Amino acid sequence: MTSLLLKGVRPYGEEPTDLLIRDGFIAEGSDAEEVIDATGLIALPGFVDLHTHLREPGREDTETIATGSAAAALGGYTAVFAMANTDPVADNAVIVEHVWRRGREVGLVDVYPVGAVTVGLAGEKLAELGTMAGSQAQVRMFSDDGLCVADPLLMRRALEYSTALDVVIAQHAEEPRLTVGAQAHEGEHSARLGLAGWPAAAEESIIARDCLLARQTGARLHVCHVSTAGAAELLRWAKAQGITVSAEVTPHHLLLDDERLATYDPVNKVNPPLRTAADAKVLREALAQGVLDCVATDHAPHAAQDKDCEWAAARPGMLGLQTALSVVVATMVEPGLLDWRGVARVMSERPAEIAGLTDQGRPIEAGEPANLTLVDPDTTWTVRGAELASIAANTPYEGMTLPGRVVTTILRGRVTAANGKVRS
Amino acid sequence: MKHLLATEGMDAATATAVLDTAAQLKQTLLGREVKKLPTLRGRTVITMFYESSTRTRVSFEIAGKWMSADVINVSSSGSSVGKGESLRDTAQTLAAAGADCVIIRHPASGAAHRLAGWLAEAGTSVVNAGDGMHEHPTQALLDAATLRERRGDLAGKRIAIVGDVLHSRVARSNVHLLTTLGADVTLVAPPTLLPTQVDRWPVVVSHTLDAELPSLDAVMMLRVQAERMHGGFFPSAREYSIAYGMSERRLELLPEHAVVLHPGPMLRGMEIAAAVADSPRAAITQQVSNGVHVRMAVLYHLLAHEEEVA
Repeated sequence: MTSLLLKGVRPYGEEPTDLLIRDGFIAEGSDAEEVIDATGLIALPGFVDLHTHLREPGREDTETIATGSAAAALGGYTAVFAMANTDPVADNAVIVEHVWRRGREVGLVDVYPVGAVTVGLAGEKLAELGTMAGSQAQVRMFSDDGLCVADPLLMRRALEYSTALDVVIAQHAEEPRLTVGAQAHEGEHSARLGLAGWPAAAEESIIARDCLLARQTGARLHVCHVSTAGAAELLRWAKAQGITVSAEVTPHHLLLDDERLATYDPVNKVNPPLRTAADAKVLREALAQGVLDCVATDHAPHAAQDKDCEWAAARPGMLGLQTALSVVVATMVEPGLLDWRGVARVMSERPAEIAGLTDQGRPIEAGEPANLTLVDPDTTWTVRGAELASIAANTPYEGMTLPGRVVTTILRGRVTAANGKVRS
Repeated sequence: MKHLLATEGMDAATATAVLDTAAQLKQTLLGREVKKLPTLRGRTVITMFYESSTRTRVSFEIAGKWMSADVINVSSSGSSVGKGESLRDTAQTLAAAGADCVIIRHPASGAAHRLAGWLAEAGTSVVNAGDGMHEHPTQALLDAATLRERRGDLAGKRIAIVGDVLHSRVARSNVHLLTTLGADVTLVAPPTLLPTQVDRWPVVVSHTLDAELPSLDAVMMLRVQAERMHGGFFPSAREYSIAYGMSERRLELLPEHAVVLHPGPMLRGMEIAAAVADSPRAAITQQVSNGVHVRMAVLYHLLAHEEEVA
């Protein structure tokens, strides 16, 4: 029997109360072996990230399942989905089971491997979705993220096939013929800087197509990292039609825009690229309205040599796990677009529903699994890439002072992170 | 000036000072048998060319040598560049070896900006000799020098830039510099070869070359690269040439005083007819010779005038 009492905590930022956790569940009562003074802290259901790159196997020089799990716990996450674009690719049961097992051994966060949709992410042949779904790892989400399942027939088959497995296909929406050599959002800034354009239509045309395919097949489609105003408009339409589509937005697309490109510093290079300030504004509104379901980090560690180079040679991607909550506070809570119930919805409840997790994103009440994140809403902190838990340090928020901070993360009743340190 | 990375953001006074210096240098060297000034003796200038180039590299090399600088050429074959060394490491090695100035041409837009950042501590000056589709500032300066010689002060002059603006660093540098110097710039190109949101640039856009020609002081033809011809940007070389090529017929539509410029290398018969290129109205060889003087002036302002930070 272990028990923990959170004294004076404010569930969803509401009235202070004492919250007892016993044997991994929220319980009634107040007798506990350990007491945490949580006065002023807000309790939220533990965050769920549908989009993380943990880089293991293959690029353990930039992140491992252990360091990525630490970053996740420190960022308030109790479950993360590890994308399939590892080396070797997670397109078979052996790799997904390895990732799942390593996640369990580390034990700081529930690590769910995402399986590849196509063999080797090559976009030519379906991977063994059923075998991965039936493996120990019980894969529930498939994605070729990093690459688009561009072939419309293959995407149709993937969606169709997925309906028998009750899994979700997550699409990286990028029409590759429209983004040959693309380096940055096609707009005023890329034109001036001479960076080949990544047009909004390359994302939007795939989203439109896939929504129609989801309607045709009755499958569940999830759209990764929505980045344009036009994409939000399409998703609003699709949802109004009753199409079973969900969508995520990254913290960086909520906060940053393509004005940052002027320095040519590839820390700002990401795929899909930073869009315009007008796009970011529409994305924030769409997230508040539920047109976009959730926030997902697209946490993408990269080695220094892959960022400290000329723009065209740099790899796309940014760290995100430890800064996500603060960016959501800055872009959504402070401007009044979301209250803390809303934060719980976009950071925990909806992503858990989309991925079919039954023990995450649950209400904060007796009898529920004790997966919780305690947030200090009144503090600020200054981001330093070198101080983050990831091996790589490629944060676009370097030196920025952001509001709100995760103080404690609790996974099934056990504290995994407290005051900036992980507890394994 | 510490670096010359772009003409965007360069003020008119700085640009005019460089152009005036170039004109003075040209005058000084005129008729001299030995074209050598002692100004940069003991200074080391390194050219790093990651793209093949004859005219620009040679022009910089001559400019450095006529100023008595020690000029060393590094090209992407025959150096550690070919061994996969990063741009940063190569640049820092050259700076540590004592380069006062690095002149870089690179296929990646922004490469010169990155280099300037990496070499800030070493104090090495960086000259952008062409970065991807971004800028080629000395080309714009030599074009402006040529136009000043032919047409005087650029304020109010009407200049058309014709062709592949989208992929052209020459076009970008010229738009910034010419508009800063007060010229009215018109871009003439098919929509597929114009940058996104070009309507926000300080220029007029046209798709009809014939309509623009009668009112121009100068027309600047851009090179059409072979890969564009096969990239579906326009239906055929023939159609492009008919719509946007500088033919003999079009030369007659220009006012008597108007000048034809081309940054080279030219595709004769494609964007410019041979007879136009060789006519006295074309200033193409004058551009090349001005290129040396302008680059001498740039090195002078970077290396001999460090105390006057522009």
